[in-house]
Amino acid sequence: MTTYFDYAATTPVDERVLETMMPFFTERFGNANSLYGIGRDAFRALEEARESVARSINAERPDEIIFTGGGTESDNAALIGILLRVAPEGGAHLIVSAFEHHAILEPAHWLEKRGFELTVLNPRDDGHIHADDLRAAMKPNTKLVSIMHANNEIGTINPIKELAAVAHEGGALFHTDAAQTLGKIPFDVQDLGIDAASFSSHKIYGPKGFGALYLKKRTPFGAYLMGGGQEFKKRSGTQNTPGAAGFAKALEIMVAEQPAEVARLAGLRDKVIAGVMSALENTQATTLVEPRLPHIASLLINGVEGEAMLLQLDNKGISVSTGSACSSGSLEPSHVLLSIGCPPEIAHGSLRISLGRFTTEEDVDYFLEVFPPIVERLRAMSPVYARMFGSK
Amino acid sequence: MLYSEKVMDHFNNPRNVGVIEDADGVGEVGNPVCGDMMKITIKVDETDHIRDVKFQTLGCGAAIATSSIVTEMAKGLTVQEAVAISKQQVADELGGLPPAKMHCSVLATDGLKVAVDDYLKTHGRAPIAGEIKSSDPNFDPHGDEDHDHDDHEVVAPVLTEPVADPGCCQR
Repeated sequence: MTTYFDYAATTPVDERVLETMMPFFTERFGNANSLYGIGRDAFRALEEARESVARSINAERPDEIIFTGGGTESDNAALIGILLRVAPEGGAHLIVSAFEHHAILEPAHWLEKRGFELTVLNPRDDGHIHADDLRAAMKPNTKLVSIMHANNEIGTINPIKELAAVAHEGGALFHTDAAQTLGKIPFDVQDLGIDAASFSSHKIYGPKGFGALYLKKRTPFGAYLMGGGQEFKKRSGTQNTPGAAGFAKALEIMVAEQPAEVARLAGLRDKVIAGVMSALENTQATTLVEPRLPHIASLLINGVEGEAMLLQLDNKGISVSTGSACSSGSLEPSHVLLSIGCPPEIAHGSLRISLGRFTTEEDVDYFLEVFPPIVERLRAMSPVYARMFGSK
Repeated sequence: MLYSEKVMDHFNNPRNVGVIEDADGVGEVGNPVCGDMMKITIKVDETDHIRDVKFQTLGCGAAIATSSIVTEMAKGLTVQEAVAISKQQVADELGGLPPAKMHCSVLATDGLKVAVDDYLKTHGRAPIAGEIKSSDPNFDPHGDEDHDHDDHEVVAPVLTEPVADPGCCQR
């Protein structure tokens, strides 16, 4: 029996989504570009999926939805596809936040090396990007701002509508990485006033290797993936019809179940946080400043190292995530935690618990039963716990 | 990243955890950059043989496992033999370590060396362990490995100053 508390990392494919996808692997397998019956059928299915996604996010037109190979591709395409079209010779200014996913930070640095100016904007210690700070960072040659809708590690939600308005005031376009918010909280592209957004299927009980890019009509964009000219010449490649059908269905389910799920998950999340903080001394929530995602509990367990906690919880069948240095390939602690002013020695004890559709109250109770003894045992093994944090 | 069975065994069931109260030598080493800290205490007899070893460690799976195994390896050795234990030997005893975790075995061997030199010093004898790297604030855990530093470029200038006070943490 496993207790999966890492829904922010990935999700299982919902069986309703799987059922929707299956025919496209077998009978309805046609290439959507082919002129004969089975091809036209695939094309129709693709366009139905597109219309469904457009409706789910209140896009004005279906052709504002480009299907891609995932959130990372959408992020790369948004930054590179827009900036190289807007300023082919370089020189334009790009602003991203300091706690973006690497799928935004890496192409941002790549663009900087190729002659674009880059500003990496820090969140404040409350874990949010503030509109005033963005306004102060804007320059006459700022052409694109990319700020994530919500942060995947600490769960804070940024004021996208305000931030987009600031970008537009300054003559720049606005993109947001919505991988952690699509379907989970209300997401209306017209209300938010954004020009582009990235979506990820496997975060919302859809298949991996599939995503989408919302590109508001008339947003300048040069194809990032070139070839046969599919997706309105914006993303070539034989279309992933099962992926599109599955993603559209997954999103429909998320939107339909959203109000109930937001309430249920927030209750479970708060039970986790309160339970840990009352059972253990020297623990903090990374931030409790709203608005935050309903399903992410981000905790700091002082004097214990994250990977050790993760492995001990794994022994008990519980899957969680950590931002400690030892658990990352680079041996540096989470850039997200550092960006909100967390000292490295505190960031080492970070734990992220992210809940989802199949999380039950019993799962939370089980976690609260086994976690405190794990922490106490690891603290007892430490040479410095009593000295650094004092102990009852 | 996969840990060997033996690493997991030493992580789940660490040997010799604790502190020897009347220790003959104490070694405290640590690297705040990577968050690993270790304290080793030893008891040494009149023939320079290590009779008892205990450890305490704050760190990841590899840090705890390497600490545990080094205490097993050190028991019964002379202090001269103990300081000669290499990080490769520690890793081999554990059935191998992922490359990114090899530096944890440096912490374990350094802890033992510092404890031995502490024992020798209190008996008015010269130290034998040589250079201890892992407590140096400039210690680069990647120093011994093939490492592509292009992977870790410095982030572009940030707009606001980093804050020293951990205001992020809600107590």
